[in-house]
Amino acid sequence: MKKVITILIFTVALTSIVTAQGFLSKSQVHGSFEIDGMYYQADDALGITESDIDGNIFGFNAFADIIYSIGDFSAGFRYEAYLPPIAGFDRSLDGQGFPYLWASYTTDKFSFTVGNFYEQFGNGLTLRTYQEWTLGYDNSINGARVVYEPVKGLILKGVYGTQRYFWAKYEKNGRGIVKGFDAEFNLNDVFASMAESKIKLTIGGSAVSKYQADENPFYKMPKNVASFAGRFNLGIGKFNFSSEYAYKINDPSAVNNYIYKNGDALVVTGSYSTKGLGIFAMFKRIDNMSYKSDAAVTSNALDINFLPAMIEPHTYMLAAMYPYATQPNGEIGFQLEVVYKVPKKSKIGGKYGMGITVNYSQINDIAREKANDTAYIGQSGTMGWKSDFFKFGDQVFNRDLTIEIDKKFSKKFKSIFKYIYQDYDIATILGHTGDPNVKANIAIVDLTWKITSKKSIRWELQGLWTTEDKGDWAAALAEYTISPHWFFTVADQFNYGNKHSNERIHYYTGSFGYTLKTTRFALTYGRQREGVVCVGGVCRQVPASSGFYVTISSSF
Amino acid sequence: MKKLLIIVIAMLISGFVTAQEAKQGAKLPSVNVKTLEGETFNIQNINNDGKPIIISFWALWCKPCKKELDAYNENYEDWKDETGVKIIAVSIDDSRSTAKVLPFVNGKAWEFEVLLDPNGDLKRAMSVNMIPHTFILDGEGNIVYQHTSYYEGLEDEIFELVEKVAAGEDISGKK
Repeated sequence: MKKVITILIFTVALTSIVTAQGFLSKSQVHGSFEIDGMYYQADDALGITESDIDGNIFGFNAFADIIYSIGDFSAGFRYEAYLPPIAGFDRSLDGQGFPYLWASYTTDKFSFTVGNFYEQFGNGLTLRTYQEWTLGYDNSINGARVVYEPVKGLILKGVYGTQRYFWAKYEKNGRGIVKGFDAEFNLNDVFASMAESKIKLTIGGSAVSKYQADENPFYKMPKNVASFAGRFNLGIGKFNFSSEYAYKINDPSAVNNYIYKNGDALVVTGSYSTKGLGIFAMFKRIDNMSYKSDAAVTSNALDINFLPAMIEPHTYMLAAMYPYATQPNGEIGFQLEVVYKVPKKSKIGGKYGMGITVNYSQINDIAREKANDTAYIGQSGTMGWKSDFFKFGDQVFNRDLTIEIDKKFSKKFKSIFKYIYQDYDIATILGHTGDPNVKANIAIVDLTWKITSKKSIRWELQGLWTTEDKGDWAAALAEYTISPHWFFTVADQFNYGNKHSNERIHYYTGSFGYTLKTTRFALTYGRQREGVVCVGGVCRQVPASSGFYVTISSSF
Repeated sequence: MKKLLIIVIAMLISGFVTAQEAKQGAKLPSVNVKTLEGETFNIQNINNDGKPIIISFWALWCKPCKKELDAYNENYEDWKDETGVKIIAVSIDDSRSTAKVLPFVNGKAWEFEVLLDPNGDLKRAMSVNMIPHTFILDGEGNIVYQHTSYYEGLEDEIFELVEKVAAGEDISGKK
């Protein structure tokens, strides 16, 4: 302890002297922190008894992220604590420590990072590491990264390291080692003759490899698994096209049930847009593309690549009831979207104009056939399946039609109207084996009335109608805000159409919050319905709970 | 390992305390973002000829963000005339929806510049925790104000601050 104090005093003194002398006068420190706390209560209606809680009345997630920079040098860390994690977060997070420590040196052409880092190649089909606090997700690589830009428009990246797995230290022959290389080439920057061209073209490619020792007692596992991808982005005036295709060598794993099939993924997007009108279309296909640095892991961890869920992400309470998550073993689908602004002072547009957005997406299983006569589809230790590339499988994973109209009636009164139709494979996506697809109609009205220049009230009325799963729901919300500091919200979601009358539960909440610049405090009391929270294509199951929820966050 | 951490923390604390004076001069970090045309672009290279800049982080899935930007867009012409302010909206949409940002922005007829930060590199480097998160930069590129969350009417306050910054007033409260 004495030693610690001596070091502390010495360091503080030394740093203060150095900074006071002006050596570090260009230094900056900034960061952010957040504390989320939950206090659980027993709740008979939700079936949560005192013995379920068993004394674990608190959940606590917190982090502090600090970045220090001076000139070309910067360094930082993040401290995290889950004591214990809030219900719904992976229990493996239990604990505290510094999972994110890094230092980097960056000049105009060159950047070198050691420690933990986040990186994305292209769309992430071969490699993406990122962190999502609200999910407790973090797959950062701990190792080294080099980014080099020899000429403007050409960016080369190399990464090497092992990934974060909750609090588990890397051990030899444990989880795999990840290596990756990426190059991106912007032709307009590189070739002077194209600088002023209307055609904007960027091309790129990446190669990623993982090495994991073969410790599997049943199967002979490939020790090195490589994946490759090529991509482009092409803009021609009002048109824009992009595509990425990725290919992965056979990678038997717990996720794909140890099949030896190669994997691939294709994403193609196209858009046309002009002032007041945007049209978007995309196609995607994924076949056996789970890629983790530990073949035995099935949970939301150690993903090397990222398979984006390309559907409309819903945020309204009831619309978010059935969220889609990418099926890494195979899916095929498309999405269309039109965004149109009816001009101001037109017949329909009125004084302020009117916005219309229509989105349709459909995702099916890929069409699978037996790989050979003797094995069933997806059988462990076989080639898994054969699949016709452009053929849609029979099983619909998700269909979603969303129509949104936003209209401002006057300076004081605004509205959003939304209709959504969903067809959702609850058996595949949420694991409710044997349940039929949920077909739901959802309607939402969102009204905002600005009382004064700073005070306003917002109402939401929502309905979800379905004969499957838990039946019909109604929801209402009222929110009063005083800019820039205060909000007060009450909301209720009522499962009035549940077949079981004892499960017709009100999920009510009341909350308020205060914001001062970048510091925010919010307190919520009420019931959280069982559900799924999805961000960035990763989801976590949230159990039903009841109690107080507090969150404090700040950045500086 | 523990000792090292203590040293680092102690350095940061003392560095932070002494750096406070220099805080007003906080500048944008050197981080690459993308334009909607796919071109890579270092955020440090933005400038507005000595006039203020608003940088606002948003995403397609963030309702209050879109409301905030709609409100800015309605006022943008007037604001530009009065203060010369430039607005830059940084989308943190990831690859699920980066390709949708361009048609969305055009469909909305937003007039300001939009940049993409698909893996949150700029978001992390600027310690943006939740969105919407809005920064005001003065004519020299110093970050003089920041705010998270959006409630109806916030745009009026943001604009009052921008007017002060454009008039050369110090709003950072650090002096």
